[in-house]
Amino acid sequence: MSEHQISVTVNGRPLHGQVESRVSLGDFLRIDGGYTGVHLGCEHGVCGACTVIVDGKAVRSCLMLAVQADGSDVTTAEGLAEPDGTLHPVQQTMREEHALQCGFCTPGVVMTLAALTAGDARPTEEALIGALSGHICRCTGYQGIRRAAKRLAADAGARAGEVA
Amino acid sequence: MKPAPFDYVAPTTIAEACAILDEAGGGATVIAGGQTLMPLLNLRMSQPFILVDINKIPELQGITKETGFTRVGPVTRQCDVLTNADLARDLPVLVQAVRHVGHHQTRNRGTVGGSIALGEPAAELPATSVALGAMIEVSSVRGTRQVAAHDFYLGPYMTMLEPDELVTAIRFPDWPANHITLFREVAQRPGDFALVGVVGALAIEGGAIARAGIAWFGMGPTPIKARQAEAALIGQSLDSIDPAAIAALALADTAPFDDHHATAEYRRTVGKRIFASTLGAILTLGEAA
Repeated sequence: MSEHQISVTVNGRPLHGQVESRVSLGDFLRIDGGYTGVHLGCEHGVCGACTVIVDGKAVRSCLMLAVQADGSDVTTAEGLAEPDGTLHPVQQTMREEHALQCGFCTPGVVMTLAALTAGDARPTEEALIGALSGHICRCTGYQGIRRAAKRLAADAGARAGEVA
Repeated sequence: MKPAPFDYVAPTTIAEACAILDEAGGGATVIAGGQTLMPLLNLRMSQPFILVDINKIPELQGITKETGFTRVGPVTRQCDVLTNADLARDLPVLVQAVRHVGHHQTRNRGTVGGSIALGEPAAELPATSVALGAMIEVSSVRGTRQVAAHDFYLGPYMTMLEPDELVTAIRFPDWPANHITLFREVAQRPGDFALVGVVGALAIEGGAIARAGIAWFGMGPTPIKARQAEAALIGQSLDSIDPAAIAALALADTAPFDDHHATAEYRRTVGKRIFASTLGAILTLGEAA
């Protein structure tokens, strides 16, 4: 059983730790980093609640070892809002569209939508709705989540229109 | 739901990885994207002594066009296949198949080689490699060998790979620029393994089929090459093909099973229908082109 010294940038801040090789990135973020916005549900890649952004891409933090994330740039749900509390556009849209019920699946959904709408990305509605197939909402509150995704796609399209 | 303890090593060359696999004497497991292996580790269905992470080996990454084939490095991420312009032009059915592999979030880490090396019989990529006639390059300290994809799969999650061997490339042979593709799967939800699926490519010369590569997934213990259907298609002109008759021949090569998702009878019934309807549709497209 090997142990490894790792350094990860989480939400712009360094996080160092000594981890056993079997520790998942999700557990490292929660236990060593205190980022409890990372929700571990099924721990075998099905439910999507643990989704975080690693080097710009939404991935399952239960299906990646902490040691594999050494040197990576990670964003969790805690890293989305502005320091003054202004919500990230994905968070704001989900709030307005009532896209959360109990909230367990929410951080994962938010991270997937945030990854796909980051910067000047112009995801189609189809792409956003398709990516939601990787998340399970046990409250079955899917219609609100779909409304939020559709609005985010429309907003991205409108932004692109302004630029063009 | 936490893995049993293991050692972790991340070699940076193929030679180093092979040496580790050799020394481990069967106690090592290779991790690429980990999108199937990590659940198996978490569930303790897999308990290796050493996990060999091949993500840091540059030689195993990337997609390169070589004479006669396209070389896909096994650690090529599935999401990178979806955005690769060369693959979209040269091997469109591979791109089509990858769209059905897992979810957006798992495709961001999951790899082409991982899926092909694992050999899930209902997965899209093993069947696609069989259909297109891919060669799987396998290396160990004993040397390198090329195994045809249709010989590679022995049973569910069982392949020709020896414990000390590593998949170091997948070679997809060239198909003519105007080849037509077929892909269809029936799954309970997006991202699920298929209950039944069929994938293939047909090359057409002078209105007749010159080359055919078709395989089933979810229709037996391994991906299954539809040999009889391929043989029957070759030489036929597009307007003389009876899709239902070819589908019946294709079905003759399958060995579907009952499981808690579907019965063998369901798989045969649906398989025959999707085969005939998909073949019929692409032949119409082929005639128009």
